[in-house]
Parts: sequence; structure tokens; C-alpha cells
Amino acid sequence: MAEITVTVDGVSYVDNVEPRLLLVHYLREVVGKTGTPIGCDTSNCGACTVLMDGASVKSCAVLAVQADGTQITTIEGMANGELHPLQRAFHEEHALQCGYCTPGMIMAATDLLKENPHPSDQEIRDGLEGNLCRCTGYENIVRAVRRAAEAGVSE
Amino acid sequence: MIPAKFDYVRPSSLNEAVSALAGGGEDAKVIAGGQSLLPLLRLRLAYPDLLVDVGGIAELRGVSDQGGTLRIGARTTHYDLVGDPLIAAHCGLLAEAAGTVADPAVRHRGTLGGSLAHADPAGDLPAVILALDATLTARGPGGEREIGAADFFVDYLTTSLAPGEILTAITVPKLGADWGYRYEKFHRTAQAWAIVGVAALARRSNGQVAEARIGLTNMGPVPVRATAAESAAAGASASRDALRSAAEHSGEGTQPPGDLHGAPDYRRHLARVLTGRALAAAAGV
Amino acid sequence: MTAQTEKHEAPAAELGKARLRKEDARLITGQTNWTDNITLPGMLHIAFLRSPYAHARITSVDVSAARGEPGVIAAYSGADFADEQGSLPCAWPVTPDIVIPAHPPMATDEVRYVGEAVACVVARDRYAAADALSAIEIDYEPLPPVLDIRTALDDGSPKVHEAGNKSYEWVLANGDLDAAFRDAHVVLERNYRQQRLIPSAMEPRAVVCSCVGDEFTLWSATQIPHILRFLLAVVTGIPEQDIRVIAPDVGGGFGSKLQVTAEEVLAVLIARRLHRPVKWTESRSEGNMTVHHGRDQWQRIRIAADSDGKIRGLSVDLLADMGAYLMLVTPGVPLLGAFMYNSIYKMDAYSFRCTGVFTTKMPTDAYRGAGRPEATFAIERIMDELAAELGIEPLELRERNWIKHEEFPYNSISGLTYDSGNYEAATAKARELFRYDELRAEQERRRASGDPVQLGIGISTYTEMCGLAPSRVLGSLAYGAGGWEHASIRMLPTGKVEVVTGSSAHGQGHETAWSQIVADQLGVPFEDVRVLHGDTQISPKGMDTYGSRSLTVGGMALVGACDKVIAKAKTIASAMLEAPPEEVEFEAGVFKARNGSGASKTIQEIALATFAAHELPDGVEPSLDSDATYDPDNFSFPHGTHLCATEVDTETGMVTIRSYVAVDDIGKVVNPLIVDGQVHGGIAQGIAQALYEEAVYDDAGNLLTTTLADYLVPSAADLPSYVTSRTETPSGNRLGVKGVGEAGTIASTPAVVNAIVDALRPLGIRDITMPCTPERVWRAIQTAQGAQQASPAEQHAARQSDQTQGNSPQGMVTESGDAQTGGTA
Repeated sequence: MAEITVTVDGVSYVDNVEPRLLLVHYLREVVGKTGTPIGCDTSNCGACTVLMDGASVKSCAVLAVQADGTQITTIEGMANGELHPLQRAFHEEHALQCGYCTPGMIMAATDLLKENPHPSDQEIRDGLEGNLCRCTGYENIVRAVRRAAEAGVSE
Repeated sequence: MIPAKFDYVRPSSLNEAVSALAGGGEDAKVIAGGQSLLPLLRLRLAYPDLLVDVGGIAELRGVSDQGGTLRIGARTTHYDLVGDPLIAAHCGLLAEAAGTVADPAVRHRGTLGGSLAHADPAGDLPAVILALDATLTARGPGGEREIGAADFFVDYLTTSLAPGEILTAITVPKLGADWGYRYEKFHRTAQAWAIVGVAALARRSNGQVAEARIGLTNMGPVPVRATAAESAAAGASASRDALRSAAEHSGEGTQPPGDLHGAPDYRRHLARVLTGRALAAAAGV
Repeated sequence: MTAQTEKHEAPAAELGKARLRKEDARLITGQTNWTDNITLPGMLHIAFLRSPYAHARITSVDVSAARGEPGVIAAYSGADFADEQGSLPCAWPVTPDIVIPAHPPMATDEVRYVGEAVACVVARDRYAAADALSAIEIDYEPLPPVLDIRTALDDGSPKVHEAGNKSYEWVLANGDLDAAFRDAHVVLERNYRQQRLIPSAMEPRAVVCSCVGDEFTLWSATQIPHILRFLLAVVTGIPEQDIRVIAPDVGGGFGSKLQVTAEEVLAVLIARRLHRPVKWTESRSEGNMTVHHGRDQWQRIRIAADSDGKIRGLSVDLLADMGAYLMLVTPGVPLLGAFMYNSIYKMDAYSFRCTGVFTTKMPTDAYRGAGRPEATFAIERIMDELAAELGIEPLELRERNWIKHEEFPYNSISGLTYDSGNYEAATAKARELFRYDELRAEQERRRASGDPVQLGIGISTYTEMCGLAPSRVLGSLAYGAGGWEHASIRMLPTGKVEVVTGSSAHGQGHETAWSQIVADQLGVPFEDVRVLHGDTQISPKGMDTYGSRSLTVGGMALVGACDKVIAKAKTIASAMLEAPPEEVEFEAGVFKARNGSGASKTIQEIALATFAAHELPDGVEPSLDSDATYDPDNFSFPHGTHLCATEVDTETGMVTIRSYVAVDDIGKVVNPLIVDGQVHGGIAQGIAQALYEEAVYDDAGNLLTTTLADYLVPSAADLPSYVTSRTETPSGNRLGVKGVGEAGTIASTPAVVNAIVDALRPLGIRDITMPCTPERVWRAIQTAQGAQQASPAEQHAARQSDQTQGNSPQGMVTESGDAQTGGTA
């Protein structure tokens, strides 16, 4: 067992964990942040994407012990009294249907817009290459990210 | 889905890491970004007893200017490579290839050293390192040594790193202004591994290609240099037709794999076509 | 109720409105309730040990060592459940003599597909459960696998089941097919392959079961809470009233969660034994092996036509891969397509035959479109073949054959009555949006210049039968359930409205769309309506969500329930307004006396008055609440025209979609955002079948595509943007609506493949087997170019050998019956 200190959505947690505990399981089952889902076992689907020290990572491909000392932002930490512009844009553009990919998609889009505040549609598509959606066909997701970019988001 | 149990240490210095690895014996493994290792652990395709996490060793990350070469810490991430000004200015091929690995989130964690030590011939960076004739530095219980790229990749998922050795740095040449480059990656979807990839470098001189270096991804159990094509390209005129001709020799002597994503004859064909395209792009035509 | 119910002329304020979704609030903030989120006190985790063999006898299973592993509470083998687990149900015995093998949830004697559950452990956490599996000792005696339905019926083939490898044969025939083919100017025969797919919803399956006393609560990532409850009772013998099934938030289904699974049954049995809550969550690689697969057919199509392209007859012969067992609707899926091969075209003769064959692979079952994409693919592909054969422009050929706008309702040769349609309008619109003529001109230029990147244009004009379904029709097909849907409306004292629907959304936005319908019907604000669903304790009755049925059937149930609410309210309004009922009008939520007094009552006031019940007329119950169960009298028939332009790099075989236009007619639109979203998502899955996806088994019966690294579900970077538009031809129901959930998928696959073949037709290529990978495209080009240099005898021999792979130009049978070459003149 190892003791780790992880700040998740602004709150610091100290826990003893097995080294093999995946960060996504730590978030979901130890910290209780079930907003971040798991979609696969080979880091392809991106549903588990969170921000670690501001950069997008797939939390199923990080050990909780590797997150010791870091700041994690999950979908549950995005709204700050009011919806984050990306959350609002996803809603307004109907960029989600079942919603399972949505947390990862929004976290990946957050990172994308930080790197490239005014992406073209192709750059949006390329930036989301690591996030799979089975419901929307991506059309409205691209519109939502474009809309958020136009509103001037680059967190 | 869930890895088997293992012990874990996170040393704060390189010497500590070497000791920990040596102490761990045969079933100890280094973990850096974990983007290659963790999927294997989750599918229970690997069972290390001990993971030595080099993530906390600052000296292993970063790019420094050594005069005629660049020294890249093994823990430098793909994302770092894409954005590094020294790499951009002097070894753009590496940045271009690193930018094609997987997706942004994976690139934030995955490291150059990790990819090379993992030695998957379907990975993009081994072929690039081979084409660059890079030098790899390893530190082990016996001290430090340098390994030429040509001697580094031994077999599928196997390098010439001795047990207990940690890859610490990769030294690449600074490419002069007369060198053009292109990493041509052929894959069915954006996230998919290359069916075939071609890392091409071409030194231009008086409307000709004076010298070419070509590394092939996924054309065998290890990355390969397309030496016959390199020879044919040397002295060829910098034109699409001439370079296509030279590229016809790409893949000669290779044993490309046949799998779900491509049969050997198709891969050989792709190697020729993509080498032609990569050489043309590298030559600026 | 008389046939003509009163028309309530409330203004259609909500119908057609692009309302943003009520569902989103929890989904965009991570306040979701996926089954895997559920944690109950004392909950244990189940992990399954699965067969590594496609076919084997189980000679011994010893779970005793696993029982002693850290954290393990229990471990079981199939023998432990033999007396209580029964057989997983097949609810669609399509023929009287169909072979339906026993299908134990956990294998006892024999395994028949890689991944079949053979044992399990139950532990305090999921990590301990995963570890303990390796302590189970199990011995197998391998048996030969059966992997190819084309040879599985041969003498001497190994048998999947004692009764043999044939499950059923089903035929449908109308008209004089012999005459049609005999007298035709041209007869074409083509063989197509519908590859096996893995539905790949983003949420892996999960189940939680708690047993308190003799009451069971099962949470499951399911599309069918009501049907599951009923069938769990049937399979386990547990009294139906003691079972509660809840579908919490469900992350996509596409038919893959329209199932009664081994894991659901076993979770119930384990919870009963242990009297502790249990959970099982699959991993993606586990699911790729054990979630039912889609499609998997070999199709032989023959079309007979006149010299002007008029179709005289169509004959379809299918081999359908059932997999190792028949699951919930496995045998019926190809039959849903049986009525659709004739598609939008008129003809006088049609025959269909389907043979269901067992293999040692995961069973197949419903996946988006379920039988209709297969049908549309075959007919739209062969229409392009016919066009090429006769030298008729492919859109023109279709127009010559399709049902004209003024001919609806139309009785098709397969026995259906199409409600409405306007193929001319949809096609004209698509053609314009696509810039069809410009693209054809570009295609010509590229052909003339020998451009290594060729342009292809693919057409798909389709209709589909959805809105499952009139119960009588289901009965005539031996389907084991009805096709009705249920809704109940509760008028709360404060004037708000609760709607309980029998539909079970998993992304389709029912909470929003149903609110819109009820808001319109009752004249209440959209915000005042809450829609409840997915819990059999809350929604007492339903037939759940699949088959693009929820709007056309469930929406109409809402309308019926609203009618009854209004009728009850009118009686009370009449008393309160002191006017006879025939003098009371209802509009936009308000009851007005027509006597010029200006007196009126809102429906909210009526609701409150009903609650207080102080002054209700004699004999009137103090309740406005009403429910309705609606059984449709027909399927609904959305239709459309999809056009796809592909660029084919002839040097590498890479295919890129340049442009994709979809014009769909789904009748009246309730919420255009939801409709567009369904079309987008449907198109993406259809394109993915055409270009990327295939479930591949090796020669030993191992599934090779167990992960998303090998089973290629495309990302945004791999798909184009879609131009979507609509025409609107109302259906016959009161809302004028048709279904849309599967239409995009049904239309798109042939549009893409037709485009690829169109690009390469000048080379003599007539088909590329799906998925049209770069290698397959390249190989087809190589073969065709080699064939053009080969002698006729060599060409014929090459075709013969290609035929076994189902992968190359097929000979054309002329009137004289001689096979002819397929190259260009």
C-alpha cells in the first residue's frame, strides 16, 4: 500500500492505495467521483479523460500512485457556480445523446481549446481523435466545440 | 481490465532507480508514462513484480543543446517533443512523428524513452530514431554506456538493454538546413497503429538528393532501414518520378508481418508507395 | 371510444420546436446514474471465468481453491446453478420446426463459443474477484469449431448441437418468380457479404442485484426493463411481482442491450443464494466477446429486369449466422429484412429464403436496423449493378422503378402497406444539396486524366419499416410479444404533470420529446412536465425501446392518454362553467364555455378542483389521471435519399469520404435537434460498417477483435461532416410521425460502398467486400488490372477462386445462361 495525496476538483484527499489501483477506479470508488466513466481497457475510448495538472490524460492509463501530488479536474469540477462554456455549448448544440462519452469529450475539448483557442473544424476533429462516441456521429460535438471557441474559452 | 498485483517504488534519483531495478530482479520493470505498459498490465499480458517509476527523476526529462547534437531525456513526453523549440529547429522529423502517436491525452503521458524501450515495431518513434542514427544512453549497475540505434532494437518488444539498465537519454543529430524530412504514417483510423510508416530524411544539393535515410515502421519485428532505397535515392534527381523509382527498392529484404491490418505483400507495396511520397516531401517536391 | 376521436385544436406550439434537452443537466455535469455507479451496503463483485475454446467439452471444474482466495466470498461452476438457471430465452421461434437449443446461462457440459461463462467468483472488491479467477481449475476436451456457415451444412461438418447446424429455414414468396425471370431481358446475380459487427455502445454492460427477503431489485444497463422482468420470472421461476427491474442511465444500446443475458440471470441467482447485493461490470474486451453481435449473412440476390430497367422480379437467398445459440430475437433479425429487399421499388414477383445456421461463435441478435440494413444494402447495390449493366443512369433507374408519390398508400410485393412517401422530392433535394451534376463532371475529368485518386458517387434510396409493431403482425410472424406501448398521465394538484412512459430511452431524449407532446396536447408549459421511465415499479407497463418504435407507438400512447385526461377534465369543466359539455371548448390548456359568458377554467384549475373534490358532479371520480395502451395498425415507413462522394487513392486503396448528403423523410418532426442527432449517429455507424468494422474470428474460433485497438470504431477525425435535410410527408397517425432511430444506418452503408465501386467500375470492379479496407480496395484493383491482361480462361479461373472469398466480380447470367466476363468492353 502507498499513501497518496491527490487534489480532485479543488479538494485534497489523502488515501492508502494499492499500487495497481487505476486512477479512474480511485476517482470513482475511493473519492466517489462517479462522473468519470470507464469505456474500455486499452486507452482507446477516452471516456475516462480528466485533466492532470491542466493537461488531458486518460485516467484508466494512469496509476493512482502516479497521481500523487497532482491536481485532477474531472467533469464534476468544471462548473463553477454556473456551467462551463463547454458544458453549455454541448447542451445548446445537442452534442450528447446517451451522455456516456460526454465527460471525457468535454475534458478533451477543454485541453484542445487551451492548446488551440481558435481551431478549425478539422483541428477540432483531430484534437478529439482519442475520444469515441457511438451516438452522435460527432457532427454536433464539433459544432459545440466551435461554439465554445467562438465564445472565447481557453482555460 | 485489472492488473495483477505488483510492488511499486518511485525513486527520486537515477542511482536509486538503478538500484531498485537491480534489486527487483527479472520481474522488475521501469514505468515512465505507462501508455504502453499499462494496457498490457490491464489485459494481464505482463506480470511484473515491481514497477520502478522514473516519473519523479527530473534529470530524465528535457531537451538540451549539445552543440552538434540534441540530448533528449528519456522521460521527455511526445507532447514535449512536439512543442520543443530545439527539436523544431534542429530535428523536426522527431516532432512530426511524435505528433502522430495515438492521441493528445496519450501524448501528454507517453515518453520517447518509454516508446523506444518498449520496442514495438508498430510504434512510430523507433523507425525515426533508426533513421536519425541516434545514440541511446543507458545506465545500469555497471555504469553508463552508449548504444547506437542500429544496435538497440533486437527483436519484437526486445532491446539490447541489459537487465537492470535504464534508458536515460537519446542523442540525435542536429539536421542542417539542407535536410528535409517527412514521417508518412498510413493507418485506417486516427488512433490506429501504422500499418506501415516511413521516416524519411533527404539532404538536398543542387537539385538532387545527395543522401537519404529511410526508417520503416511495422515492416518486421524491429524497425528497419530501407538501405536499398537509400542507395537508389542517393544521387537521384529531386523529382517525384526519380524518387518513386528509388522507392521501389523500399522494403527489400524485409519480412513484413501479416495480421488483421495488412498482409505482407500489401505492406511491401505500401512501403514502396509511402517511401516515394515521403522522399518527395522530404526533398521538397 | 369511437374511431374518430375528437380533434383538440390546441396550437402545435411544441411540435417541431428545437427544445434543448432536459436530460442534459445531469449528463453534462457528471451527475449520472450509470449502473456501475451503484454501490449498496455489503455489495459484492462478480467476475466470470470464460471459455478459451470455441468448442469443447468441460470435463472438470474445481472452484474450491478460488473459494480460499483473499476477499472471495463464493465461487461457482455451472453445476451449482444447473437446477435453477433454466435456459436463456428465445422469444421468436420463427418456424414451427425451428431448432432452439438449450442455452444455460453458465455452461455445464459443453462450451460453444470463446467467452462463454463457465465459472465465477464473488468477492469483496472487483480487484480481488479478478485475481481469484486464476485459482479456478478447469479441464476441457477441445472439439472442432464450426466457423463458416457456408460449409456448416455440409455432410460431415462438425456439429455445434446434437440436432445439427441448421436452425430453421424461412420463406416468403409472392408473384410468379419463374415467369419474371424467364421473360426478363436481363438477369443479374450477385453475392454479398454482410460482415459480423460488434455493436460497441460506449457504456459496457453492468448489473447490480439485491435480494431482500424474497424481493429482487435488478439494475441493469438494459434497453428492455419490462421485457427483462417478465422473462426473468419465466426463466428463474421467481414470481413476477417480486421482481423489480430498473434501467438507470444507460449509455447507448443500438440493440445490443435488447437482450436477456446470462449475467443478468446469474446475478439474480447469486443474490438469492448470498442474500447480499452483487454487481458485475464487464470490461470492453469481455464485452466484445460476449455482447451479442450484429449482422453476419451471406446474401445471394438475383434481379430480373426489362431492357428499360423495369424490375420484374427479385429473389433473395440468405445464409444467416445465428452463432452458438438463439438469443432473444436472433432468428428473427434477418426476417425483419425479408419485407424490405423490394424496398421502394415496384415489382410483380419476389421470393425470400433465409436459412439460420449455428456456428461456434457469439450469438448474433439485433443491432441498429436489425435485418433492414442488410436488405437495403443488397437491393441498393444490385440496383447500381443493374444500372451499369443496362447503361442507365443510376438515379434514373431508381426513379423508373420507385413508387410514385400519388400511389400511396401502397401495397408492396412483400405484403406490407407503405403509409406515405415522396421519393421524388427527397431525391431532388438530395441531388441539389450534393451538387450531383458537378460531381459527376469532376468524376469524368478524373477518369479522363487517369488521376490516381478517383472519385465515386454512391446512391442509396431507401425506405424502412419501423415502429415495431402491430401486434397482430408480430403474432403472424410467431414473435413472442406484442408491439403496443403504454403511457399514463398524472395531473398533480399544483397543475404539474407527470408522464409515465413504457418506453426506455438510452440517449434518445424521450424526457424532452414526450414533454413536448404532452405540453401540446394538454396545453401546459413544457417545463411543467416530468417524464418517468425505466423502472418497472414506476412504469407498470411497457414494451421498451428498440426498432425505432418509441415515438410512433409510445408517442401515440401519450396522445391517447392525453385524450382521456381532457375528456375527464371536460366533464368537470362543464360542471364548473355551468355549460353542457358540447358547449365547452378546449384550446391551449383552457376550457371555455361557448355561451359568450367569457367564463373559462384552466386545466390546472380543474386539476386542483379535482384534488379537492368539493364540488364534483355525482358519479365523477376525483381523478383526471388516465392511461392508454396503443397498438399501431401498421409499421411506419420513413424514407430518404443519401448521396455519398468518395475519393479512392488507387495507389494505396485508401478511401476518404468527400461529401455526404442525407435527405430523410420521417414524417412530422417533434424535435429537429433530436432527429438530426439520430440521423448523424446512424450515418456514422453505417459508414463504420462500410469502411472500418468487422468482428474477426481466427481458425480456432478465437475472437481477434476483442479491443477497440483492433475493432475500429471511428473517431471524429475519421468521419466527415454530414449535410442533412428533410422532406416531410406525414404518416397516418395523429401526430403524423414516423421513426428515425435506425434510418441513418440503414441508408448509409450502401451509399458508401456504391460510391467506392462507382469510383472503380471503369477498372472492371463490381464489388469490394466490407469493410472496404485500403488493402481490400487495393487488392481488387490489382486483381482487376491483372485480369485485364489475362486471357479469358485465366480471368474465369480467377473469378472462380475469388468466389469462395465472396470478394470479386461475379459473372453475369444472360438469357442463355452462359457466364460472361466482367471486364470493360
